[in-house]
Amino acid sequence: MEIYATELMGSRTYDADGNFVGRVREFFIEPAEAPNRVSHYLLSRGSYQPLVAKHDQVASVSAGNMTLNVSERALDLYRPNESWLAVQKDLMDQQIIDTRGRKVVRVNDVDLTELRSNGNVELRVTQVDVGIPGAVRRLLQGVVPSLLVRKLQSKLPQRSIRWEFVNLVEPDPMRRVKLRITHEKLEDLHPADLAEIMEDLSAAERQGIIASLDEETAAAVLAELDERLTTQIVEKMDPEKAADILEEMAPDAAADLLADLPKKTSEELLDEMPGQEADEVRELLEFDPSTAGGMMNTEFIFVGEASTRDEVLAWMRSQDLNLDQLDTIVLLDPDAEYSGTVPLSRLLLAAGEARMMDLKMEPLLSLPANADDKEVFELFDKYNLRMLTVINEENQPIGTITVDDVVSRLVKD
Amino acid sequence: MNWQAITARFDRVRTGDTDLQKKIRGLRRRLTLLLAVVGPGLITSNVDNDAGGISVYTQAGAQYGYALLWSLIPMTIALYVTEEMCARMGVVTGKGLSDLIREEFGFRPTFFVMITGFFVDLANVVAEFAGVAAAMQIFHVSKYVAVPIAAILVWILVLRGTYRQVEVIFLFACVLYLSYLFSAILAKPDWLIAAKHTVIPNLSFNSGYLLMLTGLVGTTIAPWQFFYLQAGFVEKKVGPSQYPKARADVLFGSISCMVIVFFIIVCTAATLYEKGHRDITDAAQAAQALIPLAGKWAGTLFAFGLLNASLFAASILPLSTAHVICEGLGFEAGIDHKFKEAPIFYWLYTVLIVVGAGVVLLPNAPLWKILIFSQVGNGIWLPVVVIFILLLVNRRDLMGDYVNTTAFNIVAWVTAVVMIGLTLVLAYTSIFQSSAPAP
Repeated sequence: MEIYATELMGSRTYDADGNFVGRVREFFIEPAEAPNRVSHYLLSRGSYQPLVAKHDQVASVSAGNMTLNVSERALDLYRPNESWLAVQKDLMDQQIIDTRGRKVVRVNDVDLTELRSNGNVELRVTQVDVGIPGAVRRLLQGVVPSLLVRKLQSKLPQRSIRWEFVNLVEPDPMRRVKLRITHEKLEDLHPADLAEIMEDLSAAERQGIIASLDEETAAAVLAELDERLTTQIVEKMDPEKAADILEEMAPDAAADLLADLPKKTSEELLDEMPGQEADEVRELLEFDPSTAGGMMNTEFIFVGEASTRDEVLAWMRSQDLNLDQLDTIVLLDPDAEYSGTVPLSRLLLAAGEARMMDLKMEPLLSLPANADDKEVFELFDKYNLRMLTVINEENQPIGTITVDDVVSRLVKD
Repeated sequence: MNWQAITARFDRVRTGDTDLQKKIRGLRRRLTLLLAVVGPGLITSNVDNDAGGISVYTQAGAQYGYALLWSLIPMTIALYVTEEMCARMGVVTGKGLSDLIREEFGFRPTFFVMITGFFVDLANVVAEFAGVAAAMQIFHVSKYVAVPIAAILVWILVLRGTYRQVEVIFLFACVLYLSYLFSAILAKPDWLIAAKHTVIPNLSFNSGYLLMLTGLVGTTIAPWQFFYLQAGFVEKKVGPSQYPKARADVLFGSISCMVIVFFIIVCTAATLYEKGHRDITDAAQAAQALIPLAGKWAGTLFAFGLLNASLFAASILPLSTAHVICEGLGFEAGIDHKFKEAPIFYWLYTVLIVVGAGVVLLPNAPLWKILIFSQVGNGIWLPVVVIFILLLVNRRDLMGDYVNTTAFNIVAWVTAVVMIGLTLVLAYTSIFQSSAPAP
């Protein structure tokens, strides 16, 4: 038998002897004990201190009425407990994350189901209602008889989320631990989806989520997030943690982020980062964001032009390479100057003995770091590029621009 | 193996940068940073000067000359104080006003705020389209042509534009309010007397005068603007560190709004009041009457101002209303969603425009009654919204160190009580007096 939180709220409660005890004003889940069981009911008695009934003290529950299997004297006085999740206060009307639908929704009502065992009824949360039926119930409950409300809502389109897919957002880290809220399911989402979810939340909630993610995921999400939010989050974060996250980011993304921060904060963060990574980011920060240098990434794969396909493959296997960057390989001549690029697709199909210089793309393209972003767009458009090499005055490659850098720049403008 | 290349070290030559380039870059950066925040405050305050507002200001000038100008300074303060609280909430919590009301006060209060808001805003939208019709009549365009075109224009603008494009257009519309400055100059007012009346209060206790004063306050501070303002800062993702800029935006908006009101009153005081055309009932009539008194240009600019204001408010109101209602009740909202994802949002938006424009086109439309309803509705809605704002902005768990200070709270509550009192009086008189100050 299904019952809704809205119907349960305000229920008149009688003890085993049939005496009126109070009305249900709130009920709780204790996630540390059981993730979906209603563990305690708060019974208010007007001006007296409220009582609390435990899950094994309840004999029956229906819309508007609850009976206990003990007498009133067996009940404890209510004391607030941080590790209890309050359905009315923490869940109703609040935003939650639907991890399966990958979006933020607002809770209209909570659906419960009865679990009977000799003389005792336990309630379990099955799903949260985020659709019109829940809204109608909230509006009409107590004004229109329950039966009529039920009849009406059965005709409306349902929208609810199973309790397993509900991810609560709790900004307070202490409370999050007590309530056993983890963001493991969020870490499984694509960073771009998670970033979109975070944009719908409040500032404190965003901060809470980022703090609880592992550094790698946090870095990926920050790279996807709207830059205005990224700066707000990083500014509020503990510098040490922020530096750890920045370390996980691609240097160009880290530089983009730092460029938006106040000078003092970005210096502080760079000091926290390990020397080599910090230097790379510092160099990128020198470039104007609207030039090729400002768009490029310094992490790229380069090999000598005389090496063969098999040699290159063997070397790449032995390295711990970032697969996101692995799309095109930059070639260097014996003077360490830029000599061309080889896309992976050509490498894949080439014979084992083929020399890299024979697989080069034509024509030979590159841009200096101070080239305007318009020039970059034009080259990508004209030659249908996926990647473009940026060179310095000595004709040495110093970074590459990939097509996703171009797309995000175009979208931003 | 030829691995020398792999181990090759590059000295990275930094791009040569002169000081001048750096300075220009710094300047450009500061400007972008400013533009990233500014907008909602300026737009919201200026939309207050909508069709209904302009009519009231016109009457104030025509009937009492410069005598009511002193009220503009306290009104600027009231506008700033209330708007600033919403801006602060948006910036600090990152949530809209309807979101916060829902989370802190529950479903039923939210529902009633939203449903009242819908009907009040609908009445306001009708008033805006009536303003379009009246202004276009002066340009000899029939309302049966002007209003449908305006409705389609508004519909397309919002559904086809991105938030940034729409905001740029809105900011441009703010600039067009300056047409009232030129109207006022062409009217050749006595600037000295105008300035004197602005600074020195001129209280009179005759009932018509008090009623007009009430009308001024009631039309200038409309409840829906708080939702729009807060949503604007949330949408722009303005954070606490940029709060001083947001506050400056709100302050500048409040002042510029009142400067426009000043010019409207001065313009009509110098012409209609001086020449005895004191029985003007709306802005379009005033524009017509201005032509023989201050020249064709003064009248045309006056009518153009009305058209701009009406179109401007007609663009913002339906969008803001649909947004607020969906947000509060938990439906998908926003123009970045497709119709299928946010059907309720799009239906609300379309109904507001179609009904709003449609009513104006009815041959015997009871426009007068609808305008009164919008005034009364604002009057009933405003106290509820302002009290919600004051309760929310004082919550330390939401606002942290950004809660109101005691001094600010005193100013805010006094403002709220006076404003609520005046609006209720206006609502009362709109219903029971035959000579309502509304058009």
